[in-house]
Amino acid sequence: MSHPIRVLVAKPGLDGHDRGAKVIARALRDAGMEVVYTGLRQTPEMIVNAALQEDVRVIGLSILSGAHNAIVPRVLELLREKDMTDVKVVVGGIIPDEDAAELKRQGVAEVFQPGASLDAIVQFIRGAAPV
Amino acid sequence: MKTAERQFTTISGVPVEPVYTTEHVPGLETGLPGEFPYTRGIHRDMYRGKLWTMRQFSGFATPEETNRRYHYLLEQGQTGLSVAFDLPTLMGYDADHAMSEGEVGKCGASISSLEDMEILFRGIPLADVTVSMTINSPAAVLWAMYLAVAEQQGADWSLLSGTLQNDILKEYIAQKEYIFPPQPSMRLVTDTVEFGARHTPKFNPISISGYHIREAGSTAVQELAFTLRDGMEYVDWALARGLAIDEFAPRLSFFFNAHSDFFEEIAKYRAARKIWALAMRDRYGARAERSMKLRFHAQTAGCSLTWQQPYNNVVRTALQALAAVLGGCQSLHTNSLDEAYALPGEHAVTIALRTQQVLAYESGVTGAADPFGGSYLVEKFTLDMEAAAGDYIRRIDAMGGMIPAIEAGFPQTEIAGASYRYQREVEQGERVIVGVNRFQSEDQPIELLQIDDSSARRQTEKLAALRKKRDGERVRRTLDALKRAASGTENTMPYLLDAVRAYATLGEICDALRDVFGSYTETTRL
Repeated sequence: MSHPIRVLVAKPGLDGHDRGAKVIARALRDAGMEVVYTGLRQTPEMIVNAALQEDVRVIGLSILSGAHNAIVPRVLELLREKDMTDVKVVVGGIIPDEDAAELKRQGVAEVFQPGASLDAIVQFIRGAAPV
Repeated sequence: MKTAERQFTTISGVPVEPVYTTEHVPGLETGLPGEFPYTRGIHRDMYRGKLWTMRQFSGFATPEETNRRYHYLLEQGQTGLSVAFDLPTLMGYDADHAMSEGEVGKCGASISSLEDMEILFRGIPLADVTVSMTINSPAAVLWAMYLAVAEQQGADWSLLSGTLQNDILKEYIAQKEYIFPPQPSMRLVTDTVEFGARHTPKFNPISISGYHIREAGSTAVQELAFTLRDGMEYVDWALARGLAIDEFAPRLSFFFNAHSDFFEEIAKYRAARKIWALAMRDRYGARAERSMKLRFHAQTAGCSLTWQQPYNNVVRTALQALAAVLGGCQSLHTNSLDEAYALPGEHAVTIALRTQQVLAYESGVTGAADPFGGSYLVEKFTLDMEAAAGDYIRRIDAMGGMIPAIEAGFPQTEIAGASYRYQREVEQGERVIVGVNRFQSEDQPIELLQIDDSSARRQTEKLAALRKKRDGERVRRTLDALKRAASGTENTMPYLLDAVRAYATLGEICDALRDVFGSYTETTRL
C-alpha cells in the first residue's frame, strides 16, 4: 500500500492573510494528501524544523506581503544546511514574474501566482513527490 | 446546461428567482431616506446634500514617499486621506526588529516613531484634512502619534476629523493582525472610545469592519452579521466602562466590502442600516438619532481583482463602486487595476479615483436617494439579508458574545467553509471569472510600483539616529508609567501620549504592553 504524500503548508512572515493557505491545505487534503498547517508568522527556522519533525516531502509557502525575496532563499538555505534538499519547496502568492524566475533558479520547484487552479497545484505536487 | 436546469445564485450562494413581484414583498413599507430605521439611507437628500468622501487608501515605503503621494492625491481632487501602514507597524514592531526583515514599507508606510508621523503629515493641516488610519492592534499608539502631530501643528483636538480602524475583533476573525489577547485588546479599544468621547468629538475612534471578513472569503450575510455583532461587542464594553450610549454611539462608524454581486451588495448596505438602527433603539435604548444612523465607508473587493487581463479590474471596480454608491456609502475607496500584483502605481490609482469622479459627476446616480427603494428584488434581498444576519447574531449571543465565539473558532470556521466552497465552484467552472477560467487570453504586462530594500535601510538609519538624540531617561520614565497604567484600570491614552511625545518607539511601547498583556496565538483550524 502506498503512503500518502505529506505536505507542510506554511505562512511565513508577518502577513496574516491566510485564506489562500487554508484553501490550499483543504484542497490537498481532499486530494488524499496528509497536510500539516503551521499557522501564522513562522520564521524560516520554524518552518524547516517543522518540515523535519513532520517528515514531509513538500513544503508549500504562502506569501502575499512582498517579503518572498527575504524569506524563501533563507528556507532553501536551511534545507541545504540540514541535508533536506529532497524536500520540494513550492511557493504561492503575489510573486512577480521576475522574482518567480529567480526563486526557481535558486531551487524552488514551482511558483503559483494568483489565478492558479487548485487542480494544477495538486497535479504538480503529485508529480514532484511521486509515491 | 439549459437555462431551465441551471441554478442561479448570488455570489454568496443564495438562490435567485427568475422574477420578483409584489408577492415576494407582501405589505412592503419602504419608508423614507433619513427616517428610522434608515434602510433607505441616513440622509433625506443623500448625495445632493454632500457627496461621499473619495478616500483612497494609500501608503508605501517611507513616510517621506507616502507624504509625497498624499500631496499628489489631494492635488488631484481627493477629499480625505487614508493611511496604509506596513506589516511591521501593524504588528507593533520597529523597522529595525528582526521580524521586520523583508517587510518594511512593502504593504504600506513604515512608522516607528512620532518622528515618522511628523514626516507623514508634513504640510498637511490636520485641522482641515480628514484622516483615516488603518491600524488595529497598536491603534491607540498610532492615534496618540497622530494627536501629538496635531498638537505640534496647533490644531485643536476638538476640530480633528477622521477615523481610526481600531477593530480588533475582525483581526481575530479574519485578518489575523493581532498582538495581545482579546480581553486586554478590547480594553485598549474601549480606552480610545472613552478618550475620544471626551476629547475628540468629531473623530471616529473605531471603524467596525466587514471588509476583511469578506476578503477572507465570507458570504455577504456573514460579513454583515459578524460585523454588526462585533459592533454590539464594542458597545457592551463601552457601556460597562460607564459611558452612556448616546455619548459614544454617534461616533461608531462601519466599513463594508463592495463585492461583485451588484444587488446583493446594495441589499447588504440597506439591511445593515436597518439592523443597526433597531439594535441601537431596542437592544441599547439609544435616544439620539445620530446613535441609530449607521455611517459606512466602502472599499471595492480586492479579492475580486485578477492578475490575468488586469485592465478588466477597472470595470469590476466601477461596478462595485456603483453598488456602494447606490447603497448609500458615506466614503469610498476604489481599488486600482494593478492591485493583484502590487501596491498601486500612480497612474493606476489616478484611474481608480477618476472612476469615482465619473460616478459622482457624470452618471446621474447622485440625483435621488436610494433609487432601488421599492424594487421588488432589492427589497426582498434586503429582508432576506436581515433575517439571515439576525440568525447569526442570535447564535453568537447564545455563545455568550463575540469573544467566546472567536475562542470557539465559530466565525473563522464559517468563513473558511464559505471560502472553500466558493473556490471549488470557481474550480468547477460554476462561477465564471472573466480572463481566469473563461475568455482567457494573453495580456500586455503592466507597469508596477517597485519598493526596493532601500526603504528598510533608510528607516533603520533614521531610527538609530533618533535613539541617540532623544532623552533616554524620559523614554524610560514614560514607558514605566504606561506599564503601571496598563496593569491597572486607568485609561492608557494619556500615558501613550506622554510616551510618544518622548519619542518612545512603536516597538518599545508595544513591548511594554506585551509585558503586561501577553501575546496572542490562535488555535488554527482547517
